[in-house]
Amino acid sequence: MNLQFVVDGLLTGSMIGLGAIGVTLTYSILRFANFAHGDFMAWGTYATLAVVGAIGAMVGKVAPIGALSFGWPLIVALIVGCVLTGLMALALDAVLFSRLRSRGQSIIVVMASFGASMALRSLLEFIFTSRPAYFSRAIQIAMPVGFGIRVTPDQIALLVLTAVLVAATHLMMTRTRTGRSMQAVSQNPALARVVGIDVARVVRATWLLGGALACVAGVMVGILVQIRPLMGFDMLLPMFAAAILGGIGSVPGAVLGGLIIGLAEAAAVQFVGAEWRAAVSFVILMAVLLVRPIGLFGVKER
Amino acid sequence: MSGPVLQVRDLVAGYEPGVPIVRGASIRVERGEIVVVLGPNGAGKSSFIKAIAGLVPVSGGQVLLEGQDITAVPAHRMVGMGLAFVPQTENIFPLMSVEDNLRTAGDILEPKEAARRIARMYDTFPDLKAFRRTGAGNLSGGQRQMLAVARALIVEPKLLVLDEPSAGLSPKFVAMVFSMLSDIRKAGLTILLVEQNARAALAIGDRAYVLVEGKDAHEGVASDLWSDPVVAELYLGQRPQPPKGGAA
Repeated sequence: MNLQFVVDGLLTGSMIGLGAIGVTLTYSILRFANFAHGDFMAWGTYATLAVVGAIGAMVGKVAPIGALSFGWPLIVALIVGCVLTGLMALALDAVLFSRLRSRGQSIIVVMASFGASMALRSLLEFIFTSRPAYFSRAIQIAMPVGFGIRVTPDQIALLVLTAVLVAATHLMMTRTRTGRSMQAVSQNPALARVVGIDVARVVRATWLLGGALACVAGVMVGILVQIRPLMGFDMLLPMFAAAILGGIGSVPGAVLGGLIIGLAEAAAVQFVGAEWRAAVSFVILMAVLLVRPIGLFGVKER
Repeated sequence: MSGPVLQVRDLVAGYEPGVPIVRGASIRVERGEIVVVLGPNGAGKSSFIKAIAGLVPVSGGQVLLEGQDITAVPAHRMVGMGLAFVPQTENIFPLMSVEDNLRTAGDILEPKEAARRIARMYDTFPDLKAFRRTGAGNLSGGQRQMLAVARALIVEPKLLVLDEPSAGLSPKFVAMVFSMLSDIRKAGLTILLVEQNARAALAIGDRAYVLVEGKDAHEGVASDLWSDPVVAELYLGQRPQPPKGGAA
């Protein structure tokens, strides 16, 4: 049996998991399903691509780092892209979501996010066209690591980056004042205000964090696959499935959910057929909702 | 500082514009007092106390904390100004540990000072120390109330405001909660509480107000108010019986 699907699944799962962190935080803290989250990924990726292009125009061609396919400009551009995506999420909240949220009907906010998703995607196609773009067209040689598995340097670097980001996000959520405040607001916003937590500040932190992680997830897709305006929308169902599978509000749960879905998709491609790949996250989502609606790490309140 | 800790003048408040629930209520809380707000169901007691804490929009009147106008202050800034509020229900974060519940309140302080005060709370409430790593949702009703009060006390407020601290508790826990409040007052804290359990509240209170249809209808010394037949029958809904000293 060829175990290559394990690496493919872990990589897909990492992208889904990083994106799902933003979905699960938005869902638990702002109490709505943000359908525009996938488009934050796409916008973050295109923003990063634009900054890479701008750096290239200023300093010329830069050699890649070691065996990787990219050099320092992509790292700098990714940081800028994360900030820009976070700011875009904040701006969208200020002009749209916060106004609707204050009216207290979450279904209206969900529908607004669906509209925002379509608008953002169309705008992206208008600016960049729907033709695929790439951070690098260099071909990487995959190294054998045993058991018939081959991994490229980019894949290793991105898996390590995912692990670092997930650990950092989890520590931030559990050990810092901002993380505790986010947990408090997700459990009881009114009580959070009473104990002195500025809920508006927590909402801003949620958008910034969710937007930044969506950008990283998108750039991972861009490095390993390709960049398209639809790249985020295509990830939407797997991201929601991962967030629900992991338990709404749980950062480790979202990542584990992402990894499970990524591995299940890769296994489906290998053992069942590529045409079943898209159905896997839907089937997992349905199964979780029927069997354990609170998800793997979800906690039932007493 | 001289003067009342809290002075509320002609407060008008309600959730919907133009539909006031509190209709011109005024109260005064002196330093070191326990003041009780009583009244029949629907009198607007909870809305009144929530309006003081910044949780219900105020459309008229004034709330002064040690002379400082806090009428339009957002709820999250009240704690820093010295007013700590303990809601009636859902007053803990059930999915956080007991310690993290206390830390959420301590987050407005310097970390070292917060740790010192949390340690002091564990001395005051040893039960909480025993459950410090336990999910707060696993605590009993009385322990939850204890945690909610401890969390409010961490900021060393000028005024502790409680909304029906006995709500939903068994008689054993009601006695425990009122005994705890009595002890807190002995330590010098000023307390304002809204309560349905008039007997228990008046037993530890110094003065009391009776709220009727969103307005203060009667004021008096707690023990006198209890024996006032009109008040007892009309607003407390029971025949007067003198309180048997201490918590019920």
